[in-house]
Amino acid sequence: MNTPLLSVDNLTIGFPNTTSTVTPVVRDVSVHIAPGMRIGVVGESGCGKSTLAYALLGMIRGAGVRVHGTVTYAGAQLFDMPPAQLQHIRGAEIALVPQNAGQSLAPHRTVYAQIAEVLEIHQQLQGDAAWQRVVQLLADMRLRNPARIARRYPHQLSGGQQQRVALAMALAGQPKVLVLDEPTTGLDVTTQAQLLALLHALTNDTDMAMVLVSHDLGVIAQTCQQVMVMYAGEVVEMGDTADVFQQPHHPYTRGLIAAMPQLTATRLPYAMPGQMRRSATDQQCAFLDRCAFAQSVCATTAPTLEFVAHTRAVRCHHWQTVATHDDVDSTATPLLDRAPVGEGTPLLAVRQVSATYHQPDWRWWVRTPPQLVVAQVDITLTPGHTCAVVGESGSGKSTLARVITGLHQPAAGNVYLDETVLPATVTQRSQDARRRIQLIFQNPDLSLNPRHTVAELLYRPQAVFFGRTRAQALPHTISMLQQMRLDEQYLNRVPQQLSGGEKQRVAIARAFLADPDVVVCDEVVSALDVSVQASLLQLLVDIQRQRGTAYLFIAHDLAVVRAVAHTAIVLFAGHVCEQGATAEVFAVPHHPYTMQLLSAVLTVPRRTVQPQVNLPADDTTLTHGGCPFRQRCPIAIPHLCADVVPPWQQVAGSHTFRCHHPPDVLASLRDQFALPTT
Amino acid sequence: MASYVFGRCFSALVTLFVVAAIIFVATEVLPGDVATAVLGRDATPKRLAALRAQLQLDRPASARYMDWLYAFVQGDWGYSLARPKQAILPLIGERVRNTLWLSGIAGVIGVLLSLLLGVVAGLKRNTWFDTLVSTLSLIGMSLPEFVIGSLLMLLFGVIWALLPAVTIVQPQATFTALFPSMILPAVTLVIVMVAYILRMVRSSVIDVAHSDYVQMAYLKGVPHRRVVWHHIIPNALIPTINAIALTVAWLIGGVVVVETVFNFPGIGRLLTSAVSDRDLPLVQALGLVGAVFYIGINIVADIATLWLTPRLRTQYWRVADE
Ligand code: SF4
Ligand code: SF4
Repeated sequence: MNTPLLSVDNLTIGFPNTTSTVTPVVRDVSVHIAPGMRIGVVGESGCGKSTLAYALLGMIRGAGVRVHGTVTYAGAQLFDMPPAQLQHIRGAEIALVPQNAGQSLAPHRTVYAQIAEVLEIHQQLQGDAAWQRVVQLLADMRLRNPARIARRYPHQLSGGQQQRVALAMALAGQPKVLVLDEPTTGLDVTTQAQLLALLHALTNDTDMAMVLVSHDLGVIAQTCQQVMVMYAGEVVEMGDTADVFQQPHHPYTRGLIAAMPQLTATRLPYAMPGQMRRSATDQQCAFLDRCAFAQSVCATTAPTLEFVAHTRAVRCHHWQTVATHDDVDSTATPLLDRAPVGEGTPLLAVRQVSATYHQPDWRWWVRTPPQLVVAQVDITLTPGHTCAVVGESGSGKSTLARVITGLHQPAAGNVYLDETVLPATVTQRSQDARRRIQLIFQNPDLSLNPRHTVAELLYRPQAVFFGRTRAQALPHTISMLQQMRLDEQYLNRVPQQLSGGEKQRVAIARAFLADPDVVVCDEVVSALDVSVQASLLQLLVDIQRQRGTAYLFIAHDLAVVRAVAHTAIVLFAGHVCEQGATAEVFAVPHHPYTMQLLSAVLTVPRRTVQPQVNLPADDTTLTHGGCPFRQRCPIAIPHLCADVVPPWQQVAGSHTFRCHHPPDVLASLRDQFALPTT
Repeated sequence: MASYVFGRCFSALVTLFVVAAIIFVATEVLPGDVATAVLGRDATPKRLAALRAQLQLDRPASARYMDWLYAFVQGDWGYSLARPKQAILPLIGERVRNTLWLSGIAGVIGVLLSLLLGVVAGLKRNTWFDTLVSTLSLIGMSLPEFVIGSLLMLLFGVIWALLPAVTIVQPQATFTALFPSMILPAVTLVIVMVAYILRMVRSSVIDVAHSDYVQMAYLKGVPHRRVVWHHIIPNALIPTINAIALTVAWLIGGVVVVETVFNFPGIGRLLTSAVSDRDLPLVQALGLVGAVFYIGINIVADIATLWLTPRLRTQYWRVADE
């Protein structure tokens, strides 16, 4: 092994708390990064991985303090260095790509100005030379028309473009170590796949070391040779990525892998019990209360990080048992068990619905044509079924949810409940129709009133729909909370005192207290950690089985959709590309877009065969006439696809798709995509 | 951009037209009309009728409004009632000049001082300097300007007698003659202004200094000094432009009080005496001058904000760009 370039030794970082002690968020972490090494740091939110990432650049955010330990770069300790000297290292030797590129790019300066600043400071490059270099860097990021991007301001770029600009900015100083903090969080699956492929191409065969922090095991499996799993501020397992993900030695790593939804899984993702503690102690194992392998010694002695092979370490008393144990997810619900409760007449039907948005313009006298976001969509939902709507951001899937719930008036088409037409807007709908269709949003912070207690939040729908008094409502509230696996002590808390997963549970409880027949779930699990996500999916499936509720499940994560949905509709730029039973659509996709989405799904361990198809750049601009997908389609037929709307073709039963190519051509494209098979 | 400026100016003209109408109506509905005001105790029904006819008060209000506005635009602002034979335009002219001197000095010093103190306090948050500045500004904000003015007058004008407590020079005096009398009123205005703007600037600087993009600048290796000058200050000042404009516009109101306290011969004092004399044409003219000033400052601030904020500016480019 090479000599380390950047070393972290026994680093402990904490936040001072009210009792004038320090709560550690990073605890006794050591890691040595050699040139050319690509290491991933994984764990759920609050495990200290981000704090560690910033510490690699000698920065501690917020009120944090370094308790002890060092970060050493090329023999010099970053935390003991005068600030001016540290600024010479940052950006030039060690660079960071932040989590939220949109907010980390200065709003008042062009892309060029921000990248050129790095060049000016670290390489004394100015004027024409700087411009050339910036354009070159942007071109390296595979951005189309780099000179044009360089002149833009951050808000004029898409999320994927902003992330590439941030990456270009980090690479501008030609750093020896590149630190990436959740680089793909919030991006669409296809955009994420492109960015990861780019990262791979940029870092492969170079001396640049890379530290990638992510909560997504798939991202790390895809890009890193080494992985470090963190829990409650401590490293619980580290080693070669392939080894760790194939044969995890720590119960937490096992749980994380089992919680990750996979396209090929036959069961629901495994829901790890309990919650992560804020910080570890010396008295017992931090993972104790969530561990299925725990024994008495775990409650009295904290395990130490033990090297079990040259590069493999684990922090567990019983790792030998864990390592040889198999079938971790035997407790999770098998997918096949989830036979729908009721069949029969459609409960909710969406017929030929189109929706448009009007681009507001301050020149009120100019008539801008409305923008089409949903085009002639049909959905049929039967009781006890889940229908998923998948697509990337801008595909119109959230607008569809708003149309169904009456929050957005469709430009054409109708929504039917029990085969009667529903009025277009929520204000015109009957109280009962409103009660029967409930909506749960992605972000509970926006949908839960922050000043109300949980009891009050859950009382409201009961008062509105059933006219219950507070006293009458309370027993219902409590039993619903119990179903959500929250106990009575939550009644008097306000949203701020809840974790992300708990807030979403409260939002789900609120929807179900209206005793709905249809629940529209708009990306309800996508902002959550995998372990929390798994338990919420389990919860949704359980309630559905008990009550026979129908779900319209809007999501961009195909693996999640595979786990919960009976049928799926693939939406691109407002148009349905393919639809049918989830198992069939995902096993034998026929539309090139479905294939693209499926091939972008990350797996753990990493898939060995990589797609052979070159994915054109992200462009979802909707053009009229022809196939909406033609600009991104690898097999588009010139003229025909641009001019003629593709016909519907039937595969089998309800499985249909829209494309000009016959199934055999599409089958050979499917082979090139090397999709995972069930 | 140009069309935005055009549109903004157009809407300002509309606003001005409405404001003028309100001023006109407000002075119309005051008890008694111009004729009663002019004649005062000498009013007999006969003389009133004669004067009304002479002043054309019997015509409908809307017609008189348009006439008044038309004459106003042409520079014919009429004659003062309380000061017979005095044309309003030159009368207001010299007072406006005095007030502009006073508020100009106060405005420039006040804005610069509050930016300086606000930026430094924001950057050195929670130091003794920040605490001191914040406390003083809180005190400054909570005291009305006439209290501050009277205090200053008492200290520097009466107890130490360093400066004239009230103005005794004539309105048409030169700048140098007027200058000593301007110091205390200007200081009063500066104190109140600084108190307001400084707090705004300070909190804006703190927000920006904690933003992700400033943190990113440090992580890029940008030296501290450059982060402050290139990243923090420009971004922190843009949101305060409108606040500054509002405060400067507030100066008009403040100037009335301060001029009265110090007996300074500006439009403020002129307005107080015009109101008590029921000199309606003069009140109307002064009201319009104030409105023009107020609206003008706000336009300048809006355009400046737009010009300095890419997100807003490019909104108006997009049409040409795409
Ligand atoms: S030490 Fe014990 S409690 Fe901790 S992870 Fe290992 S088996 Fe589980
Ligand atoms: S119709 Fe043409 S552009 Fe559309 S998916 Fe099929 S081949 Fe591609």
